[in-house]
Amino acid sequence: MDILIYGTINSVVLALYALGFALVYGISRLPNFAHGALYVLSGFITWSLLNILGLPYLPAIILTMIITAVIGALIYQFVLIRIRGMEISEIIASYAIGLAIIESLRYFGFRGMTYTLPAFVEGSIDIGDIPVDYHRLIIVGIGLVVVLLLWLFTHYTKIGLALRGMAQDERAALMLGIDSDMMAIVAMAFGSMLAALAAILLLPLGNIVVESGYNVLILAIAVCIVGGLGSWVGSIFAAFLIGFAQILTAVYLGSHYQMVVALLAIIITLIVKPSGLFGQQKELEERV
Amino acid sequence: MEKRRKERIDRGIMVRSDSIYALMSWRELAYLAAPRMLLIIGMLLLPLVPESWNWQGTVTLVCVYAMLAISFDFLAHYIGLVSLGGAFFVGVGGYLAGILNTTYGIPPLYTIPVAALGGGVICTLLLLPCLALRGVYFAIVTLMYPLLLVRLIEALDILGGTDGLLGIDGFSNPWVEQYLVIIMVLLFLFGIRRMVNMDIGLVFRGVKDNDQAVRASGINIFYYKGLAIFIASSLGCLAGACIIYIFMWAGISLFVLDYSILPIAATVIGGAGTLVGPVLGCLILIPISELLRDFGTLRIVFYSLILVGFIVFKSEGIMVWAQRKYHQIERWTKI
Repeated sequence: MDILIYGTINSVVLALYALGFALVYGISRLPNFAHGALYVLSGFITWSLLNILGLPYLPAIILTMIITAVIGALIYQFVLIRIRGMEISEIIASYAIGLAIIESLRYFGFRGMTYTLPAFVEGSIDIGDIPVDYHRLIIVGIGLVVVLLLWLFTHYTKIGLALRGMAQDERAALMLGIDSDMMAIVAMAFGSMLAALAAILLLPLGNIVVESGYNVLILAIAVCIVGGLGSWVGSIFAAFLIGFAQILTAVYLGSHYQMVVALLAIIITLIVKPSGLFGQQKELEERV
Repeated sequence: MEKRRKERIDRGIMVRSDSIYALMSWRELAYLAAPRMLLIIGMLLLPLVPESWNWQGTVTLVCVYAMLAISFDFLAHYIGLVSLGGAFFVGVGGYLAGILNTTYGIPPLYTIPVAALGGGVICTLLLLPCLALRGVYFAIVTLMYPLLLVRLIEALDILGGTDGLLGIDGFSNPWVEQYLVIIMVLLFLFGIRRMVNMDIGLVFRGVKDNDQAVRASGINIFYYKGLAIFIASSLGCLAGACIIYIFMWAGISLFVLDYSILPIAATVIGGAGTLVGPVLGCLILIPISELLRDFGTLRIVFYSLILVGFIVFKSEGIMVWAQRKYHQIERWTKI
């Protein structure tokens, strides 16, 4: 029973990590390796807004999401736009930006146990006989709502449809008057905003640690690769797969092995079926 | 207003000395040999610079990173396999040499070549299943391997766990240490340069540009990719084996990101695909990064930003630019 509950929670957490990464890659084919850094950065932005400027919680959250979205858009507009299409340069450049963000946060002293965000609602409830605190339930709820909203957004709004058009066939979309770079900026902004949302939802569970930036990136990549790069359904499915696998190994082998599961999942998936469980890429594009 | 464009013409001496007739005059011989001698003599003179702020240690580090950077450049720009896992090679080579030294008491003279070759075999075997991948996918796999090994060593508590292997010998004196690595860098630099211009290098570049065409010519690309990985990972493992004797310690910090990101930064700055460029990049980057050591992690920020700057604004790198200036005349002409 507790495996089921904590597995579900862990899976939703993973899905939240991965959504932003999957969105950006799915639309603009841009592997945003600064994703983990944006996650940590938005955690610290929220903390600063709360504790230094003294804003109430809700405005701080909204402001953080807007700021992170702007940062994402700026990264695209000033750096990544110039190396569009050169995949390796994209990876190296975005990874270097991520490193720069994480390491400068570390340098300017954002480390240690003192940085925590308050939970939305304190207290816990017993499901069956397992205590689950309200905050985790809220995470699951909001996570599901976000997935639903994203689905509605990409299927029923004009921008969403344009984004999907870009993802499916960039040339055709260009012919229909969809601005490719504009859409990529929007995607980057949305992806960063989702990273911020994930940070705000998940960071109250523990301390804000700089190193978690790397872990979040690895987990996001793991989920996206197992699900198939660019496939959202796959990502959510893979989040549940890896989420439960992690909880099972944590219960039966020890929590040390949680990261090993994610890394092994990446390597095995890439070796056996690089397009992932639900990927739609052609076999020839990715392997000889 | 008249329109102008920049015209580039090869220098006469470059064209003449391009062939066997270079031997006809001292001037052309000097033209060909000067840049090479400059590099060789410069490298050999490096340890003689008067001691200040740990210069001798920096020279060794430069050479170790230069080996990693050559390995990255060779793999990325001659085979087309972009490996983000320099730390993986360093870790495997370092641990192998460390185990041989601490457990069996074999001196560095023998463990370094054994670790290089043995580590090369191990890395090649581990990367063999991923050889069919290309582009981003190979890059991600190689990025994940060192992280996976760190977690495994932590979780299983093998190979000394988080403490690492203690009690590793050092080199007998700093001069041996410095000249050993300098000579190795020069040997591998010119060796690999020669290799990529031989027939086998032609196949390597064919695999990079159009592997299907190479396959259609009846050449087993899998074999050549494996061979290239073996060469590059041996070089990386060699660097790793040298590192543990320099620091006299082997631990999970061998898998640290520095060993992956710094060689890449050096390659981008120095000029991708030139093989000399990465060495040059290391000569620039590593001393700067050692000077900035007091700033702690800020130096990672610093060279990440340099890396982004070069990738975005000056992606050809210093060496390609310098070669152009050396071999060609540039002038403005009317259109």
